[in-house]
Amino acid sequence: MKRRYTNLILILVLLAAVIWIDLPSTSQIPLINKSISTVLGLDLRGGMQVILKADLPEGSEITSESLQVARQILENRSNGLGVSEVVFQVAGSNRIVGEFPGASNAEDVIEQIKQTGVLEFVDIGDNLYNFLPGDEIITDFASTTKVTAVPSPDSLGTDPDTGETEKPVFHTVMTGIDLKGIGVNSPIANTYEINFELTSAGRDIFAEHTSNNIGKFLAIVLDNKLISAPTISTAITEGTGTITGSFTIDEANALAVQLRYGSLPIPLVVEQIRVIGPTLGQDSLEKSLIAGLVGFILVALFMAIFYKVPGILADFSIIIYALITFALFRLIPVTLTLPGIAGFLLSTGSALDANILIFERLKEELRNGRTLSQAIELGWKRAWPSIRDSNIATLITCSILFWFGSTFGASFVKGFAITLVDVIKHPENHLKWFGI
Amino acid sequence: MNILGKRYLFFVISTVFILVGLAIIVVDGLPLAVDFKGGTLLELQYSSPNLPGTEEVIAIYKDYNFEEVSVQTAVDTSGQRTILVIRSPFMDEQVKGDIVTQLEAKTNGQITVNQFESVGPIIAEQVTQRAAVAVGIAALAVVIYITFAFRGITNAFRYGICGILAMMHDVLIVVSLSAIGGKLFGWQVDSMFLTALLTVIGFSVQDKIVVFDRIRENSTIFRKLQFEKLVNHSIIQTLQRSINTQLMTVEFMLLALALFGGITLREFAVILLVGLFSGTYSSIFIAAPLLVVWENKEWKNWFKKKETVAG
Repeated sequence: MKRRYTNLILILVLLAAVIWIDLPSTSQIPLINKSISTVLGLDLRGGMQVILKADLPEGSEITSESLQVARQILENRSNGLGVSEVVFQVAGSNRIVGEFPGASNAEDVIEQIKQTGVLEFVDIGDNLYNFLPGDEIITDFASTTKVTAVPSPDSLGTDPDTGETEKPVFHTVMTGIDLKGIGVNSPIANTYEINFELTSAGRDIFAEHTSNNIGKFLAIVLDNKLISAPTISTAITEGTGTITGSFTIDEANALAVQLRYGSLPIPLVVEQIRVIGPTLGQDSLEKSLIAGLVGFILVALFMAIFYKVPGILADFSIIIYALITFALFRLIPVTLTLPGIAGFLLSTGSALDANILIFERLKEELRNGRTLSQAIELGWKRAWPSIRDSNIATLITCSILFWFGSTFGASFVKGFAITLVDVIKHPENHLKWFGI
Repeated sequence: MNILGKRYLFFVISTVFILVGLAIIVVDGLPLAVDFKGGTLLELQYSSPNLPGTEEVIAIYKDYNFEEVSVQTAVDTSGQRTILVIRSPFMDEQVKGDIVTQLEAKTNGQITVNQFESVGPIIAEQVTQRAAVAVGIAALAVVIYITFAFRGITNAFRYGICGILAMMHDVLIVVSLSAIGGKLFGWQVDSMFLTALLTVIGFSVQDKIVVFDRIRENSTIFRKLQFEKLVNHSIIQTLQRSINTQLMTVEFMLLALALFGGITLREFAVILLVGLFSGTYSSIFIAAPLLVVWENKEWKNWFKKKETVAG
């Protein structure tokens, strides 16, 4: 008896905490400073979702590291543009998903941030073409056929269609992915140079290339435009280097920033865009809430009428379940989407399934002439295996859905899976909480 | 109540429904949305029902070299026909912006983009593959799980197979439904559909397990009873629960969603509604009877029921 009261008090305390978290006015937990908020998905608040794909030839390897770097750069760029709350996530092995809540000028944003900014160190030999900064340089980086020798101007063929001389294609020695640190330095007053440090992989490539090509030009190319074409004066084996040129301080800084943040390690193309207008989102949110409420009242009434007192208790337990789940969504936080809400409603219906299984079992045992406490004990024990097995089955399909959702950034689907997984937290025990 | 006695009748009912849907799919193909097919869907909200004509829209798209363009109108929340839905091949944001500007010029009115979905062909293909894999893995995982869960009793494997057959029945019902819905109401098979489908699988299996679990339990209690009677008895014992959970709780929720949940959720809710109903139906009228058919080896005498059985 004493234990029962302790449990009851514990439940009440927990419940109070949960309700407090659920309140819209609560935005932070004091002491640990954990912020709390209801995160609405794009389908409910309007916004844009874009899937960018690494645009590299078939078979090239894309490391998860370079995807992460690209993701970070995209986020920096978006923040730089003053777009708030943008989230970029790596999805699968070669995609990045961006979500722009409420962005109205999405077109411009996308156009600006997807500018690839691929930085390449290109071998242009003796620079027989007299490239100047700003000139276009075509490289073999994104093509499958690699150039082995620097093409000489006489060796170029003519394009059979236009009759023009074919453009030379140069070899990319290294890309921006191998840059580790960048800094601007002024060794003599009013001259500026950029120092860079390479990763260990970059160091090896750079060491080999510079030792074999002393006196040749090494072009620094950003987005196929020549930035500068320094000459290799000595072999660079220690993994650091300097870019010199006639830079002003502003130019040097701009270049450093471009090198540091501006260059995506991999070119990206837009593969999928989804825009949900804010009015549609608002409409969906309101309607699904009303629908949920109506459905919930119907179900609660049914339980109360059909199962009387135990039914009302089950209703209570379901309300508690809903409150706890919502509190968890606000705490973690889980992004609420339209299918997510549907999944949540479905899970409450299905959570009642466990109660109904037990009640039906209980009734049967009572009909078989058992006493109430025996019937409860047996009803619980006999209903349990099917509750357990059936929930595991739901869990299996949900995890598959989750996997499907994560690999393609189909966050709408993922939301559904997450909320439905709550089924597993079935309130089978809730009845016991109430001490029956 | 002798449910199993009429088992072939139920098999026929389901088969007819599935065949109607499959016939539509054979003729028209499944109405795939841009998620799986690739392409662009642009839904525009006009301020008045003064919409541009289909020809005008197609002409604008032609300027951007889009050949396969389809234009539909739709009703907004207040019942006015102010929504334009345009489907075309894949385009990017830039082109979309230009097209919307041109459309705005046509009617001199403000247009709001309600929805814009553009899916490249490669990702669409991969999503489709993944979707197939997801459904396949779900089915396989469930067979393995049922077989494992029922390992203690004789012929555990049968339960797995019968569960899967009934589950495939539910999948086919849902697919047929969306084909019929596509034909009648212009429904589209999108990733929401896939979500509904996998949910149906999950719930369907959950339901089969509840019925099978009763059979499992009863087979240890009534060892001498003929299998068919045993199964029939188990079905009747779980019937109340099936009706109460499925029809009264989950279906209430879905009905509310379908009626009040707004356009975006309606198709999803209806598919789930029918799919989950089918899940319950098939546990009672497909899965359990199949177990009996198997036990009696009814294919040996051309699916005639054993005459010895009484209600």
